[in-house]
Parts: sequence; C-alpha cells; structure tokens
Amino acid sequence: MNLRPLMKQIAPGILAVAGMFGTLSATTTFVQAEEPVRGGELVIGAGYSASSLNPAVQSGFGAGVPGAQLFAGLVRYDEDWSPQPYLATDWAFSDDGKTLTLNLVKNATFHDGKPITASDVVFSINAVKANHPFKTMLQAVENAEAADDHTVVIKLSQPHPALMVALSPLLLPIMPEHIYGDGQELRTHPRNLQDVVGSGPFKFGEYVADQRIVLERYDDFFIEGRPYLDRIVIQTVRDRSNMSLLLQRGEVQYNPFTSLTLRDVDRLARIEGLSATTDGYGGIGAINWLAFNLDREPLSDLRVRQAIAYAIDKDFIINTMQLGRSKRATGPIADSSPFYTAEVEQYGLDIERSMQLLDEAEFTPDDNGVRMKITIDWIPGTVEFGKNLGEALAAQLRKVGIEATVRSLPDFGSWIGQVSATSDYDLSIESLFNWGDPIIGVHRSYITSNIRPGVPFSNTTHYSNPEIDALLEQAGAETDPTKRTELYHEFQKTITDDLPMHYLHEVPFHTVQRDELRDLPVGIWGAMAPFDRAYWAQ
Amino acid sequence: MKQKLLFSAGLVVCVVILNFFLIRMAPGDPAITLAGQAGGADEETLAHIRKIYGLDKPIWNQFFVYVGKMLTGDLGTSYFYNLPVRDLILERVFPTVLLVVSSLLISMGIGTFMGVLAAHQPRGLLSYFVTFFSLGGYSLPTFWLGQMLLLAFAWYWPIFPIGGMQGFRVEGFLPQVADVAMHLVLPAISLGLAFMAQYSRVARASMLEVLGSDFIRTARAKGARESSVLFVHGLRNAILPVITLAGLQLGQILSGAVLVETVFDWPGLGRLAVDSIFRRDYPSIMGILFASAVVVAVINILTDVVYRWADPRLRSGGGH
Repeated sequence: MNLRPLMKQIAPGILAVAGMFGTLSATTTFVQAEEPVRGGELVIGAGYSASSLNPAVQSGFGAGVPGAQLFAGLVRYDEDWSPQPYLATDWAFSDDGKTLTLNLVKNATFHDGKPITASDVVFSINAVKANHPFKTMLQAVENAEAADDHTVVIKLSQPHPALMVALSPLLLPIMPEHIYGDGQELRTHPRNLQDVVGSGPFKFGEYVADQRIVLERYDDFFIEGRPYLDRIVIQTVRDRSNMSLLLQRGEVQYNPFTSLTLRDVDRLARIEGLSATTDGYGGIGAINWLAFNLDREPLSDLRVRQAIAYAIDKDFIINTMQLGRSKRATGPIADSSPFYTAEVEQYGLDIERSMQLLDEAEFTPDDNGVRMKITIDWIPGTVEFGKNLGEALAAQLRKVGIEATVRSLPDFGSWIGQVSATSDYDLSIESLFNWGDPIIGVHRSYITSNIRPGVPFSNTTHYSNPEIDALLEQAGAETDPTKRTELYHEFQKTITDDLPMHYLHEVPFHTVQRDELRDLPVGIWGAMAPFDRAYWAQ
Repeated sequence: MKQKLLFSAGLVVCVVILNFFLIRMAPGDPAITLAGQAGGADEETLAHIRKIYGLDKPIWNQFFVYVGKMLTGDLGTSYFYNLPVRDLILERVFPTVLLVVSSLLISMGIGTFMGVLAAHQPRGLLSYFVTFFSLGGYSLPTFWLGQMLLLAFAWYWPIFPIGGMQGFRVEGFLPQVADVAMHLVLPAISLGLAFMAQYSRVARASMLEVLGSDFIRTARAKGARESSVLFVHGLRNAILPVITLAGLQLGQILSGAVLVETVFDWPGLGRLAVDSIFRRDYPSIMGILFASAVVVAVINILTDVVYRWADPRLRSGGGH
C-alpha cells in the first residue's frame, strides 16, 4: 500500500507535535515565536504583464498574484492540501456528496463598504462557471443558491471532488454582484483592470499597464488585525538582468514564479540577505513533457515512442542543464499531489533497448546511421525549458539513429496553430499545470471528448483509450480519497505504458526573496494566495 | 509643400490599408492566442471571444468598421489589455518621444560638435580620437551597451536607477521630473551613442568641404575669430547633410528604441509594439504602426521646414 497520500494528510500534525518537542528547525521556531509587525511595503517583481486583475476570467500568475489579494475566496489551502476557512467559516457535504452547504462570515465587506452576502457568492459561482477558462472546474455544479444572507447551497449533478480546490480565491474570487453583475460582459469588464472592487485583504490602488499594480491594505478586512502590510506593489520587470539587479539592490524584495535563469537563481541564493525556495508551488504541478503526435507515423507505433523514451537521459537534463534544481517527472501527475505514484514504468536511459525497439519496428539505419527523421517543436517564449531542452533531446536521439530537427515557431499563436489546430508536428515539448486537482489540469490532456482541434491545451496528442476515459470519469466522481487515489494510480500506470507523451521533468518554479520577509503564503498556490499574514521582521 | 503634405497623407493611408491586411495574413488566430493566454477554452468560448472582438465577421466588414472608427479617433480596444488602444498609445508616446528626442539631441549635438572639431585639424590627435570613438560607438550593439552601462552605473557605481521610467515612491512635480531625468540618462546614452558616430562622421566630412571654400578664407581674412569661422560661418553651411541625416535616421532611432526600451524596461511604444505582435493584438499593432507612420510623415515635413530655414536658397523655390 502506498502511504504517501496518508502521509500528506497527517504530516502537518506530526510536524506540529515535533515542534512542541523542539525538533523543528531554528528558523521555524523563531518565526513562530515572533510577533507579526504591522506596516511596511512589499515590492514584488513580476516578469510578465498582467492583462486582468480578475482571476474569474484569466488563469495564471498575471491575474493570480494580484487577484488573490483583491478577492477573497470561500476557502484557502495550506501546504497540507486541506481546505481552511476563509470567507466560509464551515461547510458540509450531504451524504450522497451532491450538495455542499457553506456558512459565510457575517462581518465581511467589499472594498466599497457593501456587505458580502450569499447572493454575491452565488453570482460569483455562476460567473466563474460561465467565464473561467477551466471548464471542468465547476462542470458538475448544477446550481448554487442563497439559503439566507450567509448560507450558500451548491447542488451538483454528481459528486465532484475538485470542488473544494475550486473554491480557492485564485479560482473562484468572490466578486460584488452590484459591480460585476451590471450586465456588461465579464471577460471584458472595465473593472477587471481599473477601480477593481474586491473582497480580499488588499484593495485596488493603481494599475499602470506593463509597469505596476499598487494594492493598499483594506482596513475593514473581515479577519481582525490583518493584513499586516500597508502596501503591495507588483512591479513589472521584464528584463531578467534588471530583475536580478533589483533583487540584489533590495528594490524588489520578492520574486515568485521567477523568470530568472536557474544559474541566476543559484547565484542570488548565495547572496547574504536573499534566499531561493521552491516551496509553495505544490498545487501548480507544472510538468514538462514531450508530446507525441499519435496520428502520425512513425510515432503511432508504441515501440518507436518507447525507443525515444529510453534514449532520453533525464539525469543529464536535470543535473547538468538544470543544475539539479528540477525533479524527474514520472507520469501525468506531479509528485506534490496526493494522487501521485512513482510505481510506473520509469523509462531510464537504455540505449541498447531503444535501438532494439527501433529494430523491431523495422527502422534500420541508413548509410549515415539515420533510422528516421522527425521534428521537435517547443512553446515560444520558453527558451530554457523549451528550445535548449529540444537541442539536448535532438543530440540524445541522434545516438540511437533518430535525426531530430528543432523547429522554432515565431510566437505562441503560431505554436497553438501548428500543434493544436492543424496537428502538424511530430514531437512537441510542452509545459502543462496540474492546477490542484487532476479534474482541472490533468483529465483535459487524455480524455477522448477533449480532442478538439484548434482548442488550446486540449487533448493535442489525440490519445483515445476507452479504458482511460472510464477510469477518469470514475475518479472524477469518487469522493472516497483512498479509492480515488487508487484510481489515479491505475491511470498513471496505464498512461505511462501507453506513452502518449514522455514526462521529462517537473518545471522548477522558484521564489527569490529577502530573508526579512515572514509568513508569505507557501500553501499549494504559493504567491497566488492571500498575503494577509505576511509581514516584515523588525 | 502642398505636394509633400498630400504625399504624406497618402503614405499614412497606404500604411493603414497594408497593415490591416498583412497582419491578418500572418498564421495564428488571435482568438486562440487569447484563449491560450487565459489558460484554455472550449469551442463555445472561442466563438464568444471572436464575437466580442468582431473576428467572426468577414474581413472586409472588419476593415470598414476599423476605418470608420478610426475616422472618429477610435483605434479600437486592445485584445490583451482590454483598454482603448488610443489611451495605451498616448500613455507610451511621451516616454518614447522623450527617449528618442534626448538621444537625438545627444547624438546630433555631441556628434556634430565632435565632427566640427575633427574637421578643424583633420590630421590631429583629436580627429583620430573622433574617428575611433565614432567607429566604436557605431559597432557596439545597443542592447549590449545598455546592459554594460546598467552594470557599471547602476550596480558597481549605483548612481542611476535600474530600469523603468520613474520610481513609484517619488511625489511632487519637481522631484518627479528629476527622477525621470535620472532614469533617462542611461537609455538615452545607449541609444544616442550609436547614432552619434554617424553625425560626427557626416559633420566632419561636410565641414572639411566647407572649410576649403572661398567664403571661409574671406572670413578668416576679415579677421574673424576661429570659433566664429567654425561654428558660425562653417557649420551654418555644413549643417544641411546633418539635418538630412537626422530626418532619415528618425526611423532607425525609433527601431533602436525598441531594443533600448526592452533592456531598460522603458515603458514606451517600441516595447508595446513588440509585445503586441507576439500577443496577436491586432488593434494595438495597427494603432502603433499608424502612430509611427504619422510621426515619420510629420518628421519628414519638419525636416523640410528646417531645411528651408537652414538654406535660404530653398526658400526662393530654387530647391527640390
């Protein structure tokens, strides 16, 4: 029996007990003993531009980091993957798992002073269901209604284990109906960017496109005494060298989802006063994989896909190219997830086996030692984990007689067109996120019903296996965590055997930050969670 | 002049028409790009996005709607920022103009001055220094120079700020002006240095020619001071090629500004243009190209005016 999911559930308890006996690290003990200090400003460096501050219509870091400050959610998640009260004080599922009743805090107000009621929550659920890019997230929600001003009842068509994760502020921001329900299109609502009225710990200060977002402390936040910081400034710094210099000079103090190269992260982590961590990215689960075009020969042949997998030296990628800062990916679920298993075919480097498989598939070497010619695409904008990786893979595949050409498409739109719309590719290096629950971020790449040419991040390999469809449908409605875990283990095993894509490594997201910062969010959503507990040590 | 104005207006119209259709010929669907950037979508959402931005209509229809709106001063709404393109451009025109004009003043002023001094003693040490400096400045890639300046003057000797156009903590008009000026120094030098070389070369060559003229000999014979001979009599007549170069180079400086804006995180039009292309943000791309076409046309007209002012022969209609 795999004890990993169980350990994830009980680990915080064990740690807490251990802490009582003084076995925790000195740092943690120090942090816990310290009284939070009120005041101060935090400058966050962002290597990207935010096109919306409302996570109801936009996923990703750009909207996620400011959005989780501007908007509260019903629950929030700590690093142990268990939901904690936020706007909802408590909640209960019905016995059949198809009704969820949530009780809301009674003193909460929006930033314009109007009370947050169950009707606003119902509005937000409907708005997110209609507008959020993650369609499976609230798919099972049949309807939501306000039983009274502070009680919300969500009815589901079937049990939906991803529901609680979807109630995080990042995915379901609670918006004022009197502002966003004015009849304007939510996706293009002007108040997604300017004069945003939210429910979170920080209120809107200023948005200057491509330059900065300023958030001010909301004094009437419903959690007494919080937030501690006076102000958060999210400064857009697109140039990596500038980001690095600003961190060194202390002008940027916190850089989550850093765009810096791993070499820079390593260098900065050695500077006194700065540190780098991978904590807080557990829910994101970014996996870099090599997708095979299953419609196209020779990749439709499982033996060829296996040969490619056995020819790839993941240790070189991880230890040499990524300075040991990334982890080996073994399957479609990231190892931070409670549903992960390592008990799958791992495809370690085995050149002989690879060549044997190619021989069996009747791809014999020509006079130049070339057995086949294929192309490798990568998502434009991801040079370090795309282009460079592609070049390394091409060199590795050459050893077994596969001549791979790395193609560079000009931009993201062209890549989607080539890989998703026209399926004109052989191999494609892609990074996709698990997004907390497999229903949200994993199912989409494997279920037959999601083979949708032209739709970004759908099932682009065109993998179709009725067994997997049934398995995922079952896992998506299973409320017993143990049974659900077993189903996902089976899924991971089958997928790695079928090999529609070869999993390379987990993308190493890092946060670079000043050491004097305390209690920054390190739950499963990292910086895409509220900063109400964050403060500067004296 | 009337002909010039008509020609410029025609040029801007051509740019608008060509851009509209050329951009749409590029591979990639903006609705898919938008949905991809948002994190995914289904067919329904894609259809909805196309409807919101009018991408579901025939291309000719889209064109006439665009031109119709343009005539009322509406350049459309950015797909990415969902803000009016006109506002986005106006926000960024000032930073770019500030950067370009500062660089132009640095390169033209110092470059011409160096060229004049070099022409005074063509075989002197100063002349060799100017030639060396010019070639050096011309050869250094702008983005590399920018990074080196940042390393030197924002890190090892932290005199200037790192990137951006202004600090968000500075309050009050004069402190803000001073802050922007401090932010401007390194980008303006990076951009100006490459072009300075060309001005000094052109000014030197032009001055050498002028200094051999009869009227210079006459001025010297009348006992005029050497500085007056150089900068009043000489430069006044040698300046025409420099002005021509300034007019011609404006387009190049604008292109150079894209690199400098990227290196220095300078919030200008160039960076917006590059970002908009990668984001398939059609309205922004077209708006920016329209704005730059207008700017280039206006600069050409202004160059003509300055030319006429600098060379009285043209005022009488004897010129081109």
